[in-house]
Amino acid sequence: MTQPTAALKATPLNAVHRRMGAKMVDFGGWDMPVQYSGILDEHQAVRKNAGLFDVSHMGEIEISGPDAFALTDSVTTNAAANLKIGQAQYSGLLYEHGGFVDDILVHKVADDHYFLCVNASNQDKDYEHIAAQNRHSAKVEFASPRYAQLAIQGPKALATLQKLTRTDLASIGYYHFVDDAVSGATARIARTGYTGEDGFEIYIAPEQAERIWNAMLNAGQEFGIKPCGLGARNTLRLESKMALYGHEIHASITPYEADLGWIVKMNKGDFTGKAALAKQQEQGIARKLVGFEMTGRGIGRDGYEVYLGGEAAGWVTSGGPSPTLNKNIGLCYLPVSRAKPGERIDIMIRNQPVEAVTVPTPFYKRAK
Amino acid sequence: MYPTTFRYTKEHEWVRVEGGIGVVGITDHAQKELGDIVYVDLPKPGTRLEQGKTLGSVESVKAVSDIFAPVSGEVVEINEMLSTTPEKLNEDPHGTAWLVKIRLSLPEEVSRLLSAEDYQKYVGAEESGH
Repeated sequence: MTQPTAALKATPLNAVHRRMGAKMVDFGGWDMPVQYSGILDEHQAVRKNAGLFDVSHMGEIEISGPDAFALTDSVTTNAAANLKIGQAQYSGLLYEHGGFVDDILVHKVADDHYFLCVNASNQDKDYEHIAAQNRHSAKVEFASPRYAQLAIQGPKALATLQKLTRTDLASIGYYHFVDDAVSGATARIARTGYTGEDGFEIYIAPEQAERIWNAMLNAGQEFGIKPCGLGARNTLRLESKMALYGHEIHASITPYEADLGWIVKMNKGDFTGKAALAKQQEQGIARKLVGFEMTGRGIGRDGYEVYLGGEAAGWVTSGGPSPTLNKNIGLCYLPVSRAKPGERIDIMIRNQPVEAVTVPTPFYKRAK
Repeated sequence: MYPTTFRYTKEHEWVRVEGGIGVVGITDHAQKELGDIVYVDLPKPGTRLEQGKTLGSVESVKAVSDIFAPVSGEVVEINEMLSTTPEKLNEDPHGTAWLVKIRLSLPEEVSRLLSAEDYQKYVGAEESGH
């Protein structure tokens, strides 16, 4: 049995993952399970039945007080004013120059309380970014230590979780949440996810994580639930064209370039990055994210160059096999005039051009 | 686990020599570390390989790993089966899922590779060492 390196951070379920035989990797400074039974197996479990993920590495930031709305709305791109209590939205935290600090989920807990779920490796930076812009008197709390987070995803997620809570899960709309209990422990139950399937993300106290993890696996046994690692999380989100920080988005990419214009509300009040985005709207973007499918033999992967007519024209942000489609897929940046479906491109794979074609996204959309 | 008639490298390739031809593959340890294998890139027959230099690559869902030639020589045959069923590398890495056959140009290289016992010790140490 290997031990985590001292420098790596661990979730409350670290020992459980090791005991259950997960293969562990260093993920942005966190000692996390990359796979249990295998990425393909876990991927199919989520698409067909249910999968359980430990995503306790994700960060939480709480904004509260009379100025909670003003601060939340002024640091995020989406309109926090559109949120009702019990509703969540996908949003962006931007620098003044319009590039991403992070992509986040904003939950409205009360008129004076917003709960943000942020990326693991960005959480310290995000907290500082928000706190530095607190010209209001809102309270900004770095709340990650108070939460573990589990994601249960797949067509059988609801039936599994329903066994452990009295809340009528079917009545929670997509991107809505309720504060209730799971297995008797206080839990925020959100109908959100990063897989393209129906499912829930639940926020619980760290000391409850192991008990609830086990309860979920037991409850889902009859449906074929599988514990899943970050490997399947990545193939699932890529098929659904969900952005991953450090890949599709980062400090030098704006929401418009990342095809995330829908999370920017220019008709709301001022927010950090708005002026830069207005300028970009006026001048037009130079590059844009687009999906591709390999037509030649090979797999286009993160960081590979993309060629158009023999010239270097862009780069792959995420790429790999799609277990659902049985094709090799990916996302890449291309000059905006060519960032549309049907373009013949070449991906440079170990110095060899391999044919691919741009395609509509998402690659996978579940039947509703 | 590791056949005693094979020789091994620290990069997790194996070679079995039959009458001047080395049959080359990756070890069970390697396939386990890689996870689900989805693509195998092999050299064309006729390619001359040098011991320790890149022979090709194996791709899992997550990543690409180079394979290094355990011996020098000319590729005389590649395992065509792997182009359509790369997952065989997860199932039978020491048997039907061999990668290439190489006509050895320096047969003495083989004796400097690890024995099954030494390789077993090496991966045992690697597995508990980090």
